[in-house]
Parts: sequence; C-alpha cells; structure tokens
Amino acid sequence: MKDDMDNNNIQGGNPREIIRLENIKRDFHVGEEVVHALRGVTFTIYEGEFVTIMGTSGSGKSTLLNTLGCLDTPTAGEYYLDGVSVRTMGKNARATLRNRKIGFVFQSYNLLPKTTAVENVELPLMYNPSYSAAARREKAVQALVAVGLGDRLNHKSNQMSGGQMQRVAIARALVNDPAVILADEATGNLDTRTSFEILVLFQRLHAEGRTIIFVTHNPEIAEYSSRNIKLRDGRVISDTTNDNILSAAEALATLPKSEEDD
Amino acid sequence: MNGVNLLKIALRALANNKMRGFLTMLGIIIGVGSVITMLAIGQGSKKSIQSQISEIGSNVITIQPGGDIRGGVRQSSSDVQTLKISDYNSIVEEARYVSYVSPTVNSGGQVIYGGNNRPTTVYGINGDYMEIRRYTVDDGDMFSDQDIATAAKVCLLGQTVVEDLFPGGENPVGKIIRFNKIPFQVVGVLKSKGYNSMGMDQDDLILAPYTTIQKRVLAITHLQGITCSAVDEKYTEEAIDELTEILRRNHKPRDTDADDFRIRSTQELSEMLTSTSDLMTILLAAVAGISLLVGGIGIMNIMYVSVTERTREIGLRMSIGAKGRDILAQFLIESILISITGGIIGVVVGVGAAVLVNVIVHFPIYIQMWSVLLSFAVCTFTGVFFGWYPAKKAAQLDPIEAIRYE
Repeated sequence: MKDDMDNNNIQGGNPREIIRLENIKRDFHVGEEVVHALRGVTFTIYEGEFVTIMGTSGSGKSTLLNTLGCLDTPTAGEYYLDGVSVRTMGKNARATLRNRKIGFVFQSYNLLPKTTAVENVELPLMYNPSYSAAARREKAVQALVAVGLGDRLNHKSNQMSGGQMQRVAIARALVNDPAVILADEATGNLDTRTSFEILVLFQRLHAEGRTIIFVTHNPEIAEYSSRNIKLRDGRVISDTTNDNILSAAEALATLPKSEEDD
Repeated sequence: MNGVNLLKIALRALANNKMRGFLTMLGIIIGVGSVITMLAIGQGSKKSIQSQISEIGSNVITIQPGGDIRGGVRQSSSDVQTLKISDYNSIVEEARYVSYVSPTVNSGGQVIYGGNNRPTTVYGINGDYMEIRRYTVDDGDMFSDQDIATAAKVCLLGQTVVEDLFPGGENPVGKIIRFNKIPFQVVGVLKSKGYNSMGMDQDDLILAPYTTIQKRVLAITHLQGITCSAVDEKYTEEAIDELTEILRRNHKPRDTDADDFRIRSTQELSEMLTSTSDLMTILLAAVAGISLLVGGIGIMNIMYVSVTERTREIGLRMSIGAKGRDILAQFLIESILISITGGIIGVVVGVGAAVLVNVIVHFPIYIQMWSVLLSFAVCTFTGVFFGWYPAKKAAQLDPIEAIRYE
C-alpha cells in the first residue's frame, strides 16, 4: 500500500476512496435452496491501486465482479463507487453509472464483429449524449494510441489478433476516463507472450495513476499487481499489499521470441 | 442516448448483415408491392367500368313496353304496342327531371353498298338521342327535325359499318346505301365510341329518323321504346317516379293492373358493376394484405434470431452503459428501418408492376395516393408491431448472463 500512498500523496492529502464495500452479502435463490455467493465482504480500494482479486470457481469472485461493476446489486451491505451509494440505485441509474465510472475488459474481448477499432472504442461514448461525434472520435483515437494501436484505427475486429483485440477492448475501457477499470480474466484467452504484453499495458496504466481491478484465477498475475485480495466461499481470506511488484516488461524480455503478428 | 446515435448504431448493425436484411426486406417489398399492384388493378377496373358507363351515359333511363299477356302468353317487348308517340309527347311536355327524350324503334338487317354488305341494326331516333347516348358526328351533319317530320330516308353510319361498307377509305357522306332494299342517303358518320363494358361494339349501328324506321322499314305506328336522360345522375330516382306517373295516367290501367311498361336506368347497372369490382378489389387487397402479414412475421422471425445471435453484443452494450430502453430502441429502429426501406422499395416495385400490367396486358390501372400511403403506413406499423416483441426480449436480457452467453 506504501507505493500507492506515495502515488496519491503527489496530489496531497489522503488517497481518494474509489470503492468501499461494507459487509456485502449476495444470496441467490435456486429453487428451494438459498446460495450464499457472498457472505459479508468488506474492503476499500483507493485511487491508483492495481488490485488482483483471486479465487477458485465458486469462491464468489464472479458475483463480486458483477457487484463491483454495478451489474448486480447486493442483498445486504453498502457499496460506494466514487462516493456514490450503488445499492439503492435502479437499473437505469446503474447503467449511467457504468457508462461514466467503469471500464470493463472481458476475457473474450466482446468486440462488435465487422466493426473497426475506432468504432468499437467509440461505443461507450455513443451512450453518453454529452459527446459530439467529433469529440467521440478524438477520444477513441487517443485511447487507441494509448494502447499502442494508433496505426490500426480502421482495422476491423475480425482482421486482428487476440492481443490486438484485447488492446482494443482496453482502449474501449479507457475511453470514458473511468474511475476504475474492471478486468475479468483479461489474459485468459491469450498465449503467454501476449498475456505479458497485456500485463505490461496494465502496469503502464497503473503507473499513469489509474485504478485497476483484475479478477483472475491465475496466481502469477498477483505478483505484477500492487495488492491481492483472495476469496473463498464468499469471504475475503487474505488481503495483502505487494511490496515487491514484478515488472511485466522484464518478464516479457526473458520470454523466447515467438512469431508474433504485431 | 440520442436518436441520431441510435440510428447510427442500428444502421451499422444492418450494414453488418446486408444479405439477411435484404431477404427480410423482401417479405415487406413483396407485401407492399402486391397491395399496391392489386389495389391499382382493382381500382383501375372499377374506374374503367365507371368511365364506360358514363360513356353510355350514367343518367340514361330507358322505357320499354312490357307486361302484356295475351291468352296467357307474355309477349316480346318489341311486339307490345302500348308505347305511343303520345307518351313521348307527354314526357316532353311534362317531365321536369328529364332533360332529353327520344323515341326509339329499331330493326336488324343487311346493309349494302356496292359490292360490300354487313348485318347491322338501324336505330330510329331523334336528335336528343345523340345527347343521351353521347354520340357525336365526326363527318357530315346530323339529320334535321325536318327530316323527322318528312320521314326522310337519311342516315348516319357508325365506324364499324363504315369500315365494312367503304373499305377503300371512300368518304361515305352523300352516298346512297341500302338497308333491307330501302335506299338511305348517308348524311354523316359517327365518331367511334369503341366497345362498352358488356363487350358490345357501340359503332356497329346506323342512326335514322324514328319516323322513317316506323313508316318505311317496320310499318308500325307505336314505339318500341323511349330513351331519356335525367337532368342529373342524382335525380334519376325522381325522374323514374315522374315518368312512371305520366305513363300510368296515359295508359289508365285500373289500380290493380300491373304496369304495361318497364323503366330501367343505367344507374342501377353502374351500381351493380362497381359493387362487383369493389368486391374484387377487396379480395385482391386481402390476399395482398396477407402477404404483407407474412412479411411482418418474417421481420419478427429475423429480429428474434438476431437478438439471440447478438446476446453477447447486447450484454456488452448494457455493461458499458446502454439502458434497457436504448437496446429496445436499437432493435425497434432496426426493424422499422427494414420495414420502411422495404416499404419504399415495395411502393416502387408495386407501382412499376402495375404500370407493367397496364403496358403489357393492357389492363386498366389506377394508382390512388391513399393506397400508397395506406400500405406504407401498414408496413411501418408492421415493423413496430413485429419488432416490438424481439426488441422487448433484448431489452429485458440480464447483462450478466448476456455478456457470458455462448
């Protein structure tokens, strides 16, 4: 946590709370039975942190991700995103909140087919009426340049490699200047080398001061993040700050060169 | 989310599936096109019937003798001698709802000029007949009242008769023709009227003074009929009542006697024929409407498939901030775009097909603005109606499940 404190002290004062969970519970009713997916999760994430959330399947990490992403509302407990209480929000209010505050990166990229990189990245801004068409395009181009795809603006999603598609997805997550980037197994579909390239990108975004939450079951990734939260059976079993963050760029350099298309 | 963005999103989605969009549209194109073509044909035939009836004269009233039974045998109307010239005179003097009146007698026979001949009918009439039946003289002159008074042997020829008797293009005016061996001088030629709606050649006739036909051809003193025209089509009923009254008084039957004459008007015929063609129009439009319905179901089917196929896209859109109503609007706009584009093409195709029918098969067509607007409105409604259910389904998807949908 020390690094982040330093990071935030640049702006002066205490680091800003981006996410605060207070005893979050989520129950699902499956027929007669009640499944307790989350049994009281409490933690706070500050601006500029790169948090990995880990857990095996059934640990509740997907439910936690959905809650953090304002896709789902908890059964009990309070969730504040950037100071706003989410629990009592309606569907439409949460949709707007997602649009303004959250950038999603999914395992399977979820780009629109036969659509260019720029158009894919523009998408979140299409649902924000305050952006004009020109402003939208400008932001999208900036985001694509930021992820290193400045030369592939008009490539269609089906003409790109997996790594490139995930970069487009990350650009899409960045384009609305979100309070937090939520990545769900963002390297899960990629080979080792490409995974590291994406991790390098995430680390660079972290260094730029962005808040990232990376949900994964791959323990290796935790070593490249600043904080690691482990879940089991719907509870937090460990929450540790990583004092020795490995460099993904160095790790990438040690990997044998493979045939890469980008 | 503003409308322009929604429109852009919908257009992009359609552009990604051009072939499918076109095939879906095809249902609407055929539906709208057939509605327009069928209505054009139906309305066209109605219109042509109406115009043919007005060619005959839509306000024409004919009086025929009738109801005469001798020894239990009903007589043919031409043999009944109850209509007299005095009836004609009474009508001319008294009837207020009647503008033109002409006595009629006719006789069939062979007409001969030189080496040519043809069977035809000669009608004995007066000058009013030309107004009632809307005949006009093309060449020469109408015979005069003087000719009627003297039962002059003069006549006018219809075009069909002219073609047969004067095949060389010789001018018939002034020539002497023979009808049943009686010589007539041709004073004029009638302008062609073509065929009427019953398929009768309206140019296959000879017109002559009624007195001439009575005295010199038929040797009778009674009339075979009286043809009148009402002052206006809408006064046909009043005119018939008036004529009935005059004739009853003249013929003085006992109150219990049946009328010894019959009065018919072309209005009845007109109503009968137009109601038949109305029925035909309705049937044609109904069949075409069903194809529009099928087209609508096609839209629903494709939109439904499209929603299922794009479940992940919907999930993604929702996770990046699309509200349920944005998704609803997107899919609704897509289906409306399909139906409106299909509608526009359908209008063009429908009008084109109708014109083609007219040009190739010579079937009368009449494209009414309301039929175009109606089918266009119906297809837009179809888009909304059949797009609604799939769009609603899309809007109600759970983003969590949709984004991970395989």
